[in-house]
Amino acid sequence: MFKRPQWVAFGAVALVGLVLLNLPDQLAARLKIALGALFLPLFGLVGSAQHLAAETARTFTPRAELGRQLEALRRENQRLQLELARAREALEENQRLRQLLGWTRASPWKTRVCTVLARDPEAWWRALHIDAGARDGLRPGLPVVTPEGLVGRVDRVAHATAEVVLVGDPRCRVAVVVRETGETGVLTTHSAGVLDHRLVDLTHLPRNLAVRPGQSVFTSGLGGVFPPGLPVGTVVDTRSVGYGLYAEARVKLHADPARLREVIVLLP
Amino acid sequence: MNSVRLFLVLGLAYLAVFLQAAFTAPQRWLGAPLSLLPALMVCTALRLDLTAVALLALCGGLWRDALSANPLGASLLPLYLVGWGVWRWREALLRELDYAQLILGALASALVPVLTLVVVLSKGAEPDLGWHTAWQLVVLTVSGGVFTPVLFRLLERLERLFAHPEVVASSYRPDREIKRGRY
Repeated sequence: MFKRPQWVAFGAVALVGLVLLNLPDQLAARLKIALGALFLPLFGLVGSAQHLAAETARTFTPRAELGRQLEALRRENQRLQLELARAREALEENQRLRQLLGWTRASPWKTRVCTVLARDPEAWWRALHIDAGARDGLRPGLPVVTPEGLVGRVDRVAHATAEVVLVGDPRCRVAVVVRETGETGVLTTHSAGVLDHRLVDLTHLPRNLAVRPGQSVFTSGLGGVFPPGLPVGTVVDTRSVGYGLYAEARVKLHADPARLREVIVLLP
Repeated sequence: MNSVRLFLVLGLAYLAVFLQAAFTAPQRWLGAPLSLLPALMVCTALRLDLTAVALLALCGGLWRDALSANPLGASLLPLYLVGWGVWRWREALLRELDYAQLILGALASALVPVLTLVVVLSKGAEPDLGWHTAWQLVVLTVSGGVFTPVLFRLLERLERLFAHPEVVASSYRPDREIKRGRY
C-alpha cells in the first residue's frame, strides 16, 4: 500500500517536527524570532501603505473640516493642560506626604509608543507583535496599555520586535481590584464568549459578593507584574460557581484587542 | 515547470500566513481568524507531487508557528497528514469538481486546527479554549471550504502565466494541398 518515497517524506516531516518540538526553549524562541523576521519586509510595506493612505486622506480633507478639528483640538488641549496642572499638584502633594510618612518614592514609568505589526494567526492564542524590541529597552513582563486601559504584557522579545500577550490569554493573568468594593480577583480567559472578544472572567472572588454590574476594575498591583491603578474594564454580570463556594464576574475590557493599532509599553 | 509551480505554492503559503497575521477584520467580524493554509494544502495535494506537499507542510507550518504562540513545529505534522491523505486518494476523488474541492477544503480546514491543538496540548501549553473554540472551528471549516475552489482557480491562472503558451494544432495538412498549374 505504501511506497518507499511516501515513507521517506513522512519520516522526514515527522523527524523535523519532533526535533523542533523538543528543542530547548531558548533555541526554539531564537528560531521563531529568526523565522518571524522573514515577514518584517511585508509588515513594513503594510505600515508604509497605511501611512501613505492616511497622508492622502489628510491631503483631501476640506479646509473647513481641518479648521473644525483644529478648534476642537485647541479646546481639548486647554482642558488637558488644566488637568495636567491639577495632576502635577496632586503628584507633588503625594510626594510630600510620602516623605512625611517615610514611604519609598514610587518610581514613575517611562513610556514607549509602539505600532502593532501583526496578530497571532491561531485562534486559540491572544497575542500580537509590536515594532519595538530589545534595542528599545523592552524585556519580558513589561505592562502594555492604551489610553483606554490595560492591554497585556510583553512576552517574547526580539531585537526589533516583541510579542505581547493580551489580557484574556491563559498566559496573562492579571490581579485586579474592583474599585467600588475593594474586592480583589484574577482576570482569566473567558470560556463562554463566542463573538465578544472583550469579555474576560474575573475569578477568585469571595462568596459573599458585593460586586455589581457597571463597577470599575483596576489592576491591584499584586503579583508585581502590573502597577496598581491601571484601568482594565467594567463588570458586566456576576454568577455563583462551585455550588456557591465562590463567585465569578464577567468583565468587559476597556481596550478592544481586535482594534489595536498602537499600544504603549510601560518601561521602569 | 514543476519548480515554478512549487515556488508559486510556497509564495502563496508565505502570503497566506502573512495575511492571516496582518489583517484582523475577520477576527473582528466573525470571531475567528481565517486560515488559508489547509485550503492551499488541498490544492497542492490535488495538483502537485508529494515533495510539494512535504515542503508546503514544512515551510507553511514553520512560518505559521513563528508568528504564533504555538510550540515551534506544532503545525507541521497536521498539515502534512492532511496533505498526504488527499494526495494518497486523489485518483479516487473528483478533484476537478468545485463541490469536491469545497468538501475537501472544509474537511482539511477542520482537521488541521484540531490536530494542531492536540499537538499543542500534548506539549503542555494552555491555549484559550471554550465554547468560542467550537465557533472558531465552524468559521475555519466553512471559510476553508469556500477558499479551496477559489485557490484552485487562482493557482491554475498563475501557472498559466508562467507556462509556455499551448501550441494550437493547425487544420492545415500539407498532403491535402491542392496544387494548381502545370505538373
